Amino acid sequence: MIRTALLVAAKDLRIERRSRVLLWQVLPFGVMALVLSGLALGPTHAGHSSAGPGLFYLVMLLVALLMINRSQVIEGTPGTQASVATLGLDPAGVFLGKALALAVELWLTGLVLLGGSVLVLHTALVGTLSALPSVVVTLGALAAAGTLYGALSGGGQGPATLLPVLSLPAFSPLLIAGERSFSAALHGGGLWRWWLISLVALVAYLGVGILLYGVLEES
Amino acid sequence: MSSPSPEVTLRDAVVLVGGFPLLSGVNLDLAASSLTVVTGANGAGKTSLLRLLAGLVTLTSGSGAVAGVDLKGDLRELRRRVGWLGHEGSFYDDLSASENLTFAATALARPTSEVANVLERVGLASRATTSAKQLSAGQRRRLGLAWLLLRRPALWLLDEPYASLDDEGRTFFDHLIGDVVASGATVVVSAHDPLRSSSLAPRTITLAGGLVVADRS
Amino acid sequence: MMKLLSQRLLGPVTLVLLALTFWLGLWVTPPDKVQGNLARLLYVHPAIAWVALYLSFGTATIASALYLWKRSRSLVMDRVAHCAVEVSLVFIILTLITGSLWGRPTWGVWWAWDARLTSTAILGVFAVGYLAIRRANDDVEQRARRSAVVAILAAINVPIIHFSVQWWKTLHQGASVFTPGGNFKVHGIMLTTLFISLAAFTLLFFWLLRARYRVEVVRDERQRVSLDEALAQRRREGVH
Repeated sequence: MIRTALLVAAKDLRIERRSRVLLWQVLPFGVMALVLSGLALGPTHAGHSSAGPGLFYLVMLLVALLMINRSQVIEGTPGTQASVATLGLDPAGVFLGKALALAVELWLTGLVLLGGSVLVLHTALVGTLSALPSVVVTLGALAAAGTLYGALSGGGQGPATLLPVLSLPAFSPLLIAGERSFSAALHGGGLWRWWLISLVALVAYLGVGILLYGVLEES
Repeated sequence: MSSPSPEVTLRDAVVLVGGFPLLSGVNLDLAASSLTVVTGANGAGKTSLLRLLAGLVTLTSGSGAVAGVDLKGDLRELRRRVGWLGHEGSFYDDLSASENLTFAATALARPTSEVANVLERVGLASRATTSAKQLSAGQRRRLGLAWLLLRRPALWLLDEPYASLDDEGRTFFDHLIGDVVASGATVVVSAHDPLRSSSLAPRTITLAGGLVVADRS
Repeated sequence: MMKLLSQRLLGPVTLVLLALTFWLGLWVTPPDKVQGNLARLLYVHPAIAWVALYLSFGTATIASALYLWKRSRSLVMDRVAHCAVEVSLVFIILTLITGSLWGRPTWGVWWAWDARLTSTAILGVFAVGYLAIRRANDDVEQRARRSAVVAILAAINVPIIHFSVQWWKTLHQGASVFTPGGNFKVHGIMLTTLFISLAAFTLLFFWLLRARYRVEVVRDERQRVSLDEALAQRRREGVH
């Protein structure tokens, strides 16, 4: 399972490195969405750091939707899916590999957008840095959930409009947990509850993915 | 290879997808180490028959066994025993020819040193580092074959492999398919027309309306 | 015999209990000391929410799990899950409406960022997603597999969403019926009405589920007939 996971993750990341979709399409979208969030708040509130954590995670969710779709689309045509299916890869390993690659991409994007939130939304640098561990866990859970919902919504062959309605309700606790722990890192306050939410979600999605990804692949 | 004889048996095989009968009651027996060409008009059910044999669609009714695996049983096990070459491409477009094959070799726990050999065999050694999407239609077909040569499956399922190939490409395919059958594998090819090749003497079955309507040896 | 009797009696008994609930709730029970007539929502809102959040979603989750488990895999389970989610969505909408009716005079707004209200609304979107994925998949087996996984994921999410929103902020009225020690807060005719309402809406769920299931069976049967026709037509293409 681990061998398959590493193989699939390396393949997905290599494809991303070649195609540069993340760099030239997804990241600029994320930066623009962050700027638009500031504009939407209006001149009085745009530089108000208390909105920063929430806007960061809202933008991350939008970026994640694009990346989840991309993660499924790179599986290619039905012909590619058919020939890969005949390789007999362990579905649990495929799930873990795709989730790991997506997590790496989300972490990289998150890093850039955290810098963006310091710059344009004026979140304190030290607080933002101390929020990094919780951002890593929350985005990891987002990657695991996103990989499952990506496969559910049709594996790159289904309608792109299905993914948001399926996945956004499941992302809502991650948005809450992420925003709260980021805010706690900035302004102080209890953290353990929000860590717990993100960790429980991470473990639950990994568990369900390992158990049920094969069921989706049967499709 | 420990897999049992890869003969195909289908009895009244019906495949329904989205309420449409792709196959409407196919009866078919294919012997091991044989070459079969499946012909028929567009929509006759050629690709669906191959997908059924590959375990990529489920049997709605009827019965069948492929490569020793019951079609109502473990389809994942069946998929491990067959090789598939789709007419729309069978690999990752953003990876190079050799990266695609290295991925397949690693997945199959084969030594990656075999990659260079199969690329040489299909005449793509000079294109090893070229991205798959930059290959011509014929070269893509050869890359698909290289993937199958790495796989060494008991049953080869080639969906329209001759489409948009020039004469040289067709001759190359004919030779390679001849070698594969001679080595003991079973090959099923779908094509619009019967094979023109003089060197191969395949069994030709014709489909129409999701049924076998003609069978010539 | 018992089965026939229960089938025959389910509808009438449900209607009688519902009528009794409304009669007791609107005319017989006294207004609440603090909330006045607003407290009468207590006789429908908790029962509707119980059906929406626990009974119907629970049924859908169990049926989906049974579908995914190979030994009990059957399209009957898929149908039960589908019908239960549809009924659940209706009850979720009713929960939100009755909750808002109570919230407007109590909180001063139709919508408040309350834990139960927010998580119920999110659960409603889960139900919509479940129904959307069913519409997006034509293949019966694929649709059943995917929607079963969606239902399981929704069930796992229910406690996660509930606690996250509750910790985030909560305004909802505390437990209305029980004290923290587990004793009843309401007494006499009010408590009786509450129990009758719970029984009435529980039976209403099973009645609606059965009716919806029957529609689905008829629809499947009609589809089977049209598939037979499609198969015959496809075979004729081969003959000519």
